[in-house]
Amino acid sequence: VCTSRFWFNYRHVANTLSVYRSVKRLGIPDSHIVLMLADDMACNPRNPKPATVFSHKNMELNVYGDDVEVDYRSYEVTVENFLRVLTGRIPPSTPRSKRLLSDDRSNILIYMTGHGGNGFLKFQDSEEITNVELADAFEQMWQKRRYNELLFIIDTCQGASMYERFYSPNIMALASSQVGEDSLSHQPDLAIGVHLMDRYTFYVLEFLEEIHPASQTNMNDLFQVCPKSLCVSTPGHRTDLFQRDPQKVLITDFFGSVRKVEITTETLSLDRDVAGVESKFPEEELATEPLKYAEQLPVAQIIHQKPKQKDWHPPGGFILGLWALIIMVFFKTYGIKHMKHVF
Amino acid sequence: GGMAAALLLLLLMAAGPGPGRADAGRERRDALREELLLSPLPTGDVAATFQFRTRWDADLQRGSVSHYRLFPKALGRLVAALGVRELHLALTQGFWRTRYWGQPPLQAPAGAELWVWFQPTVTDVDKAWKELSNILSGIFCASLNFIDSTNTVIPTASFKPLGLANGTDHHLLRYAVLPREVVCTENLTPWKKLLPCGSKAGLAVLLKAERLFHSSYHSQAVHIRPICRDASCLAVSWELRQTLTVVFDFFSSGQGKKDWSLFKMFSRTLTDTCPLASESKVYVDISPKNKEKELLEVSPTPTSVHETIVQGEKKSYAVYDLLSPSLFNTSRSLNVQLKWKRPQDSSEMPIPTLHAQRYVGGYGLQTGEICTLIYNTHPYRAFPVILLETVPWYLRLYVHTLTIITKGKENKPSYIHYQPAQDRSRPHLLEMLIQLPANSVTKITIQFERALLKWTEYPPDPNHGFYVGSSVLSALVPSVTAMKDIDVEQSPLFTSLFPSSDGSSYFVRLYTEPLLVNLPTPDFSMPYNVICLTCTVVAVCYGSFYNLLTRTFHVEEPSRGGLAKRLANVIRKFRGVPPL
Repeated sequence: VCTSRFWFNYRHVANTLSVYRSVKRLGIPDSHIVLMLADDMACNPRNPKPATVFSHKNMELNVYGDDVEVDYRSYEVTVENFLRVLTGRIPPSTPRSKRLLSDDRSNILIYMTGHGGNGFLKFQDSEEITNVELADAFEQMWQKRRYNELLFIIDTCQGASMYERFYSPNIMALASSQVGEDSLSHQPDLAIGVHLMDRYTFYVLEFLEEIHPASQTNMNDLFQVCPKSLCVSTPGHRTDLFQRDPQKVLITDFFGSVRKVEITTETLSLDRDVAGVESKFPEEELATEPLKYAEQLPVAQIIHQKPKQKDWHPPGGFILGLWALIIMVFFKTYGIKHMKHVF
Repeated sequence: GGMAAALLLLLLMAAGPGPGRADAGRERRDALREELLLSPLPTGDVAATFQFRTRWDADLQRGSVSHYRLFPKALGRLVAALGVRELHLALTQGFWRTRYWGQPPLQAPAGAELWVWFQPTVTDVDKAWKELSNILSGIFCASLNFIDSTNTVIPTASFKPLGLANGTDHHLLRYAVLPREVVCTENLTPWKKLLPCGSKAGLAVLLKAERLFHSSYHSQAVHIRPICRDASCLAVSWELRQTLTVVFDFFSSGQGKKDWSLFKMFSRTLTDTCPLASESKVYVDISPKNKEKELLEVSPTPTSVHETIVQGEKKSYAVYDLLSPSLFNTSRSLNVQLKWKRPQDSSEMPIPTLHAQRYVGGYGLQTGEICTLIYNTHPYRAFPVILLETVPWYLRLYVHTLTIITKGKENKPSYIHYQPAQDRSRPHLLEMLIQLPANSVTKITIQFERALLKWTEYPPDPNHGFYVGSSVLSALVPSVTAMKDIDVEQSPLFTSLFPSSDGSSYFVRLYTEPLLVNLPTPDFSMPYNVICLTCTVVAVCYGSFYNLLTRTFHVEEPSRGGLAKRLANVIRKFRGVPPL
């Protein structure tokens, strides 16, 4: 989730896209990813290279790529939509790609970036989400058994305050800075004119580039990423709610989609009669007279179009009240006995 | 079960194909045609229009179709489930400059535009419309879920169906525009995935996002409509057209040189054809201007030259048929190159017969005026044009200030339909049928007043402004050369976009610029300021009064204090500070 709008927050979109890219590379398909970007940087008129978002200066790595699907764009990234996605309380007509279709065997990775403070994260410069709300949302998810294990990573200023209030089991959290510290950005690119990435996510991306689907790297290595000498802020983590030992948790449990495949040498016979399916079709009725296309600009028909009769609605309360007042004043002034002269 | 099926099969085989009965044994065929049209524009830019047309000889409305081959399942299920008769969705970035580039083959307004005709069997059209926009927003990764009653209108005269129609009750039509919508790679990716060959073979390999979005105009659209299956038109086929128009800028993409090639435009060349396509062609517009010899040279040598009448003018095209074996003989890749034989004279830019312009007039943040200028440059023919304007409710239009002036005199429209807005539920709709005299400029002005929104209704970036969607001009423009009836299957796809009625005029739909209007914006830090100020006032004034009224004073015995206190007093005496 990227929660910042405006061109100078380019680095937040680049952060989110680099994690998205790593996660896709390690096997998670788009149907299992909900990507929320609060502003469009790639096709922004201020972008000198349209349809690209770079993470390294000198434009080495385009994290936007050619195969990206953003589920929540622009004004749709609000606190309400974010919480609805997490808890599953979504209006019935929402398409599948915008839902979090997880069950009690799913491991969920949540990555958030933007501007934050002590106990809150700013959404689009107009609203905030507090750590209490987030903790309650996770508790709702736990009650509804919407996750098996949850990894929460946040890259904002004072990020550690966001995971202080969690109280549901099986949650592990990482943050880029402690309370009272600011997360800093990595490097600007002079051609684009803005800072491209935040330091913590930059080093996390470098770490993730080394991971492949079969690697056995565990969470403790992820906790070591970006020490204070590189990051200037102190990254923090919280594992007390997590049941397993972080040493035994593989990175690919959350970042990748590793399937266990068994190779078998048995043969399986398939049903040969597949061709018969296509030829059975219901009878189609043909029209009795030829159908025709509509005229695009039927001038005569348009000019003589009768306007639709508006349905008669009884007058509303205000009009009735006004008329009652007028009639009352009239009769009070002139008296009932003068009515016959008036009419 | 089995006996009944066997009996039925026997019956079907026994009964020969009679009149009015479709042959059950015939395969349902779907066919894909793809084409690319390269047209150099008068200003030195080049426009590339891709069209992918999947035509399916089956009746989607029956709902009994379960095997999808070329026609994408997502769209097929959508059409069947929601009772859609026609669907047109366009996502556009940029603006087509009709004045300088000529009439567009198919223009779309900036942002997202969706218009749909529903089947007469649909009972609740608004509910189906809402569901449709939500489903499409998921398929195309666009914020189409923002389409609701505040930006949907029901046009009465424009947007007649482009496919087969049994009657045009305009209550089955819905039209909405989202001018603020951004178009980027995430919209192109699902669009490409709907193509039968994806972006791996055929003309779609040229669709690279980095080059397509580095352009002046990028428009991708999806059109679904029912068409005649054959010349007798007794059966219905469904047609899905995916079109993508992109205009490459002479200065930024062309590096200032007028020579274009496929590699220069797309950074790719064509290597092979899509095996599922029955036709795959590249057309290059080599029409001579001013009836002289051609000034454009194309290489390699085209397979054939095709002459046809498009938009009322005679044009010739160089055709490269990718399915002909001779094309890939010499080299494995096809890189069409366009070179100019002699320098182009910039003064001979042709002016299109119909073009329009729209802008906001006035000053300040209270009132304003929307002005539309429509130009008819035909020397002697007049023709009618329908203008459709959709204005959001927060710009309150005053219809009594509507003036239409042509050549200094007032021009009364033959048909006018105005539906006023309802705050927060419906936008303004203004539709007029105006006769444009020959060689004239028509100026339409209407004044509006800006409304003050509630502070929760402002978007997160209100100082950017608020968009007013493009107005739509539909006209039958008289053609220079009479057009014959065309056979849809044999002629190129770009000639069969609109069903032709008679040869003397052609139908064109133009869009004007979208407008950006500033609304009076409050200072959003005021609630915080107000809270601080109020709390300070309350604390200082009320607090002081309360203290004065309720505080009582009593005398306290001074205590000697312990050892620590005496030591502290000594130190304080040294420092010069009063004792504890």
